[in-house]
Amino acid sequence: MTAAIRERLVGAPLPQGLEPFGGVTARAPHLATRESKCGRKLCSSLEDAIRASGLKNGMTISFHHAFREGDKIINLVVDTLAAMGFRDLTLAPSSLLSCNAPLIEHIRSGVIRRIYTSGMRGKLAEAISNGLMEEPINVHSHGGRVHLIDRGELTLDVAFLAVATADDFGNANAVSGRSRCGSLGYAMVDAARAGKVILLAEQLVPFPNAPASIRQDQVDLVVKVDQIGDPSKISVGAARITSNPRELLIARLAADVMEHSGWFENGFSLQTGTGGSATATARFLEQRMLKKGIKAAFALGGITGSIVDLHKKGLIGRILDTQSFDAVAAQSLAENPEHWEISTNTYANLTSKGACSDRVDMVILSALEIDLDFNVNVITGSDGVMRGASGGHSDVAAGANLPIVVGPLIRSRIPTVVERCTTVVTPGETIGVLVTDHGIAVNPNRPEVAERLKAAGLPVTTIEDLYGRAVALTGKPQPIEFLDKVVGLIRYRDGSVIDVVRQVKG
Amino acid sequence: MKLRRSMLFLPGSNAAMLSTAFVYKPDSIMFDLEDAVSLREKDSARLLVFHALRMPAYRDSGIETVVRINPLSTPFGMKDLEAVVRAGVEVVRLPKTDTADDVHALEAEVERIERECGREVGSTRLMAAIESASGVVNAVAIATASKRLIGIALAGFDYVMDMQTERGDGTELFYARCAVLHAARFAKIDAFDVVFSDVNDDDGFLKEVDLIRRLGFNGKSLINPRQIDLLHNAFAPTQEEVDYSRRVVAAAEQGEKQGLGVVSLNGKMIDAPVIEHARVVLRRAEASGVRQ
Repeated sequence: MTAAIRERLVGAPLPQGLEPFGGVTARAPHLATRESKCGRKLCSSLEDAIRASGLKNGMTISFHHAFREGDKIINLVVDTLAAMGFRDLTLAPSSLLSCNAPLIEHIRSGVIRRIYTSGMRGKLAEAISNGLMEEPINVHSHGGRVHLIDRGELTLDVAFLAVATADDFGNANAVSGRSRCGSLGYAMVDAARAGKVILLAEQLVPFPNAPASIRQDQVDLVVKVDQIGDPSKISVGAARITSNPRELLIARLAADVMEHSGWFENGFSLQTGTGGSATATARFLEQRMLKKGIKAAFALGGITGSIVDLHKKGLIGRILDTQSFDAVAAQSLAENPEHWEISTNTYANLTSKGACSDRVDMVILSALEIDLDFNVNVITGSDGVMRGASGGHSDVAAGANLPIVVGPLIRSRIPTVVERCTTVVTPGETIGVLVTDHGIAVNPNRPEVAERLKAAGLPVTTIEDLYGRAVALTGKPQPIEFLDKVVGLIRYRDGSVIDVVRQVKG
Repeated sequence: MKLRRSMLFLPGSNAAMLSTAFVYKPDSIMFDLEDAVSLREKDSARLLVFHALRMPAYRDSGIETVVRINPLSTPFGMKDLEAVVRAGVEVVRLPKTDTADDVHALEAEVERIERECGREVGSTRLMAAIESASGVVNAVAIATASKRLIGIALAGFDYVMDMQTERGDGTELFYARCAVLHAARFAKIDAFDVVFSDVNDDDGFLKEVDLIRRLGFNGKSLINPRQIDLLHNAFAPTQEEVDYSRRVVAAAEQGEKQGLGVVSLNGKMIDAPVIEHARVVLRRAEASGVRQ
């Protein structure tokens, strides 16, 4: 039949570059049989999937970290790549955590040569801070990662994306099945941008799987794995209300700040994040919202059960969820049409056509250190070793109307308020207010906020005063000693380098 | 009006808590050198508390500093007293006070130390903890034993053991609470209730707070900072009480202008005790806000 059709072209010269019709399956060989049509993406093993992806030495592999400390995929895939003999890969997960310590061996043996990540913790972070890698790692924000991909610096050759359920065509989510991490906000970026997309699915379900957080037209290969992650380790304790009196004190002050900031009006929006104080802040906000008779239009970001609770009580209109921090959030995402799954591009990329971070009124942020210029460090500890993540910190700080940093003035004997941050991740000019257990400091560039908080009788002081109090209690810390070697580049959300992390003097 | 609603207990050996406890703003902080400190930490705890008392953060906080010393009959009691009086403590709390003589003995030593270190004689105040049947029976004598006394406190655990019973619904403490309270009121000093030890039982705590507030106690000993706001709120007058008190005071002032001895509000007679109570409610509202 093809031959007969081609006869029609005899004597009709084709413009240069165009080809004559070669048959229905000439360019789509998978349509030749029913089996190949439906099952062409399904691989019998991870090794097969890797081979089929065309991955080569020196390429870039990507992952999402929605399971956080419960992730089972990053280590599994890199182990497999090492066994298959791959080398010189660039590892580009959305972030790394303590559970990724096994990667140290793969860095030593040359399987991994470069790393892009939002952060790292534990033994891996210690080893890298002590000079494990030849090239410095790149630490980016969640929004900044998308920007680095879109501007071409970070090319994702093969994405290995863990999903709880997938059909054989690649429609996938993490709100159904056994191991549910909820939002696939990080993975959605890779699915839309990677050269090849491999789904590692814990359960294969009949076509068409819904909802399709990742769609069939984004997916190249599907392989079944035993377990993608342990949801109970996503954020241990985030769902409970803290009983720590200091966290409660800070949370109450943070809620006071939000109430009297000038943005606490009907239709306001918020991001609270996780951690003891942040979760408790949501609870204190509830009483204040009821008292004033107002509701929030939306809550953004990492979503916990306490945000879901406020939504269920009618106090928050919509939830925009890029990372579900507990089972309650994951369940809500599965059931509730007002709970949306958003990619980190929609969440916080400054070159996205629309980032939610630009629409949020107030955000609660954490800090390992904050200095006299309100610059914030969320990466390096007081010993200079990396032990945190950039996350959405600088993204939402830049976008929100009032970014509020919360934290104890002193952790054990280590001050949080310091003269100069060990590492700057978020520029101080974007931070509005600092809330500590010893009082509140407002950035001098926000005098109107300071006036409102003072008028409400809140304990407002200066950041210099808080620093003085910290030093009075702990003494002035000795400066950390570093070597010259740069082990980490801190990339601001626009791709620029805002700071470097040097190797600690061991 | 010095409010003594909340007295937060802090183990003197816990450096981290000592360095930050003032942020919770209780009315008083009681650094404990006695039961909360193990034998091997008695000396280090004394040193920590000595330095904490001298911290500007405590001195400037407006929080009253109290130290529970070990009984003078132990090898630690006198060392504790020497250290804390010299460090400028506001109130020394004597544990296990059974008789007025216990207070007299303490007072004599305090006065000696004040003279030795150049501290104004009489500036160190005292409080006595009553922890036995003997203490309860002698409560009036104890409460009136010294001008330095700012209050007496009932300590529940030792008391119920001495009474051969155990903590229950409060019945077991009823007589002791009333006896201590009457002694305090007779001596015109403050009265403090026992600790509530289940820090996770807010409802039980508030029930007990409501009881002792209605009995007339000034406040309560606390073992967790989380209990402070609950207690302060429970002790704050309601908006209704504040509104009524304002009307009473306004009516009284009006009556005074008109030279009336007795005035009435909404048909009810308002006399001096009612007016005084209204003024107390308004002062309390000024200090602790209105109950939420």
